[in-house]
Amino acid sequence: MQRIGVFVCWCGSNIAGTVDVKQVAKALENEPGVVYSTDYQYMCSQAGQDMIVNAVKEHRLTGIVVCSCSPRMHEQTFRKTAAKAGLNPYMVEIANIREQCSWVHKDMIVGTEKAIILGKAAVAKVNLNAPLTPGESPVTKRALVIGGGIAGIQTALDIADAGFEVDIVEKKPTIGGKMAQLDKTFPTLDCAACILTPKMVDVAQHEKIRVFSFSEVSEVSGFVGNFEVTIKKKARYVKEDICTGCGACVDKCPVKKVPNEFNLGMDNRKAIYIPFAQAVPKVATIDPNACNMLKAGKCGVCSKVCTAGAIDYTQKDELVTEKYGAIVVATGFEPISMEKFDEYAYSQSKDVITSLEFERLTNAAGPTQGKLLRPSDLKHPEKIVFVQCVGSRCASCAEKGKEYCSKICCMYTAKHAMLTRDKYPDTDVTVFYIDVRTPGKNFDEFYRRATEDYGVKYIKGMVGKIVPEGDKLHVQGSDLIANEQVHIDADLVVLAAAIEPDKSARPLATMLTASMDTNDFFTEAHPKLRPVESPTAGVFLSGACQGPKDIPETVSQAGAAAAKVIGLLAKDKLLGNPCVASSDENMCNGCSSCANVCPYGAITYEDKEFRMPDRTIQVRRIAKVNPAVCQGCGCCTVTCPSGAMDLRGFTNSQIMAEVDAICK
Amino acid sequence: MKVTYFPGCTLKNKAKDLDRYARECAEILGITLEEAENWQCCGGVFTTAGDEIATKLSSVRVLKAAKEKGEALVTVCSACHNVVKQTNYAMQNDRSFADKVNRYMADEEPYNGETQIYHYLELLRDVVGFDKLREKVVNPLKGKKIGAYYGCLLLRPGKVMGLDDPENPTVMEELIRALGAEPVVFANRNECCGGYVFAENPELAKKKSTAVLSNAKANGADMVITACPLCKYNLQKSASDVPVVYFTELLAEALGVKESCNE
Repeated sequence: MQRIGVFVCWCGSNIAGTVDVKQVAKALENEPGVVYSTDYQYMCSQAGQDMIVNAVKEHRLTGIVVCSCSPRMHEQTFRKTAAKAGLNPYMVEIANIREQCSWVHKDMIVGTEKAIILGKAAVAKVNLNAPLTPGESPVTKRALVIGGGIAGIQTALDIADAGFEVDIVEKKPTIGGKMAQLDKTFPTLDCAACILTPKMVDVAQHEKIRVFSFSEVSEVSGFVGNFEVTIKKKARYVKEDICTGCGACVDKCPVKKVPNEFNLGMDNRKAIYIPFAQAVPKVATIDPNACNMLKAGKCGVCSKVCTAGAIDYTQKDELVTEKYGAIVVATGFEPISMEKFDEYAYSQSKDVITSLEFERLTNAAGPTQGKLLRPSDLKHPEKIVFVQCVGSRCASCAEKGKEYCSKICCMYTAKHAMLTRDKYPDTDVTVFYIDVRTPGKNFDEFYRRATEDYGVKYIKGMVGKIVPEGDKLHVQGSDLIANEQVHIDADLVVLAAAIEPDKSARPLATMLTASMDTNDFFTEAHPKLRPVESPTAGVFLSGACQGPKDIPETVSQAGAAAAKVIGLLAKDKLLGNPCVASSDENMCNGCSSCANVCPYGAITYEDKEFRMPDRTIQVRRIAKVNPAVCQGCGCCTVTCPSGAMDLRGFTNSQIMAEVDAICK
Repeated sequence: MKVTYFPGCTLKNKAKDLDRYARECAEILGITLEEAENWQCCGGVFTTAGDEIATKLSSVRVLKAAKEKGEALVTVCSACHNVVKQTNYAMQNDRSFADKVNRYMADEEPYNGETQIYHYLELLRDVVGFDKLREKVVNPLKGKKIGAYYGCLLLRPGKVMGLDDPENPTVMEELIRALGAEPVVFANRNECCGGYVFAENPELAKKKSTAVLSNAKANGADMVITACPLCKYNLQKSASDVPVVYFTELLAEALGVKESCNE
């Protein structure tokens, strides 16, 4: 028989305002097992906790019920208090009489009655509680960073600088991500390449960092501290360790008209290529869809000119399996396709471009060597219209665009407009906007410079249609402040396309059992207090995979994710959650129902020999739960048809006792 | 499948090709268009005046007739579709309007917008399906470059009509593709043709319709299709030489019901 102490908290007037706490304490005094019951203003305060410790000693308590706020708030606090008093921490139960009672009731009588019932349920459960001890598991002291953009680069560098090994997996032939494609960065206008490429070199030279470029994660198993990841190294038909990146093969390759992804198809590359001059690793890659040798077995020029002998037409995809203690997702973003927004005539005119294409057009390493020339006829555009929020904030057209604000467009559009006016003062620049949102450090000052010092015209209103006519783009928009229609014959139109998570994010989330929101952004464990951790233990979030972000924010979050990883890898052993499922092998019939519903892949099966009453041996298939993987969600316990599966700390009998107490 | 069919006045005289081929093609696709009995004019234009009841009653009558037969109502003419659909929407969502109409009609059972209305294009897309339609094509219109002209009434007001994205529609392009031809997307495909302005100011109407067709031509269209008799009338009076036919004629040609749209 337990000796239970009940502690009813007032929470100032939060609880005591709608619940008669004295009456609750008194009513619970008579419940089975209860030997002590009291109330106090703030149970979570030091004085309140001391009260519990003293009561445990004085009344030789074996179990504790705290009637207070949600267990999400203070369960840990009271478990620690119990441990201090020499009790097993899992002998504590919380009756939530604040969020689920006093806050939702206005009537004192009703609130008090419900609080008593909730207290009775908790008492009934504690009567059946058993001490639980968490298990331990070792930690593999190496991290995996998925994605090699600025987010992944920063996270990897920070983890590596703390002395831990890091692998970066990047699906493209080089790291660098979107930032490598940008021209200047707001609000300071430093050149993106100048601040990014030194970091890329740091990654390449860091003795603790390995880069798997042109590779993808194909399988993930294991759990926090002990992940096992299979990485697919895609065949690049060039031996990475031998290639010197001299570029002789690229010069001589006869296949010249392959759209260049790095310049968003605005110019061409060869069939063998190095994405850009500062690529890391600086190694050539052959595009098998373009290469004559790989397609038809004719050519072989690159192999002849390669003095290092790095070309290998027989290379195959290769699978590598590695162990990691922590995984950081840094898969980034993509601009949305303009297909559903053809009112802006993106498919009808080459001179309607996206903002990322504009970045390449103004970049000195871009298709026009940084001269602002429009794609159709390479003439200097005299009138440019920028359209913001294309596909963003589409509350009424969610099937077409995104409901959220893409966050970075106001600032980069101001940057584009300002830089255009700075370099080409004769150019007429108009920006259509819904709202201008510039709440960052030095951001609004930046936007005001564009309008006040550089003469960029801002029109509040959206563009309804763009009609290409001859060599002009007829832009029809509305000016909401002047309340009139606007018609502009522009030479170039730049669309600030909404951004969405990279396409690889969804399948990756499935592999990691990490949750996502409806927009496919990774969900954080807590939106305010745990922003860089995924709810899945050991999986961390860095950069725009978690939501739209600019570079300063991405880098801060990347560092924060690294700090969390370092904190994890610094531990030698991890304490598990003892509230995990376990199967009674005598009752289990191996039906697989539990494994089918387990979201974490924690359940496996084994054949076990059982000695029968007649001394024969029978082999039966039974379920086994890996306690290190199990998160204690309880799906398996309610699914199990034979009642073999049970969840420690929330056993079937404990839950039934609670229900009985409530319904009595 | 049998549906109640509302042709509308113009389809009985000037736009016979829109009507005839719609019926014949529907039969091939397994749908019988059964003309509503004693139907009247749709009302011509959906008036947005809040106290206007009388001109909407004829639409309500045909909607009610379909409800009584337990069938969906199908229209082809963009203008009729717009009026009938907007009237039905008002019957569903504007309580005071519906009450007034029902008192006016003085029928035993009130009508509250229960009938499902399809524009013929919706019937092809959502009921028949473009994949099934593609199988029925006997004369694929290979190599033809066709521009789809939507005009205003088929798409707007977008929330009420719900047929397609009013800014960037795709249903007729999908139809053209299903018939084996190549759709030509052009920016002015949902601009106004000039509408009834032709009666008052023919020059202005001509300017509008010329802008539509020259834009279609500039994008490479050899022919333009429409679902609206008034659009066709205006476009044919424009200064452009691009032929304009009803979408049902194109459909009929692909299904082998009609010789050729170029004749």
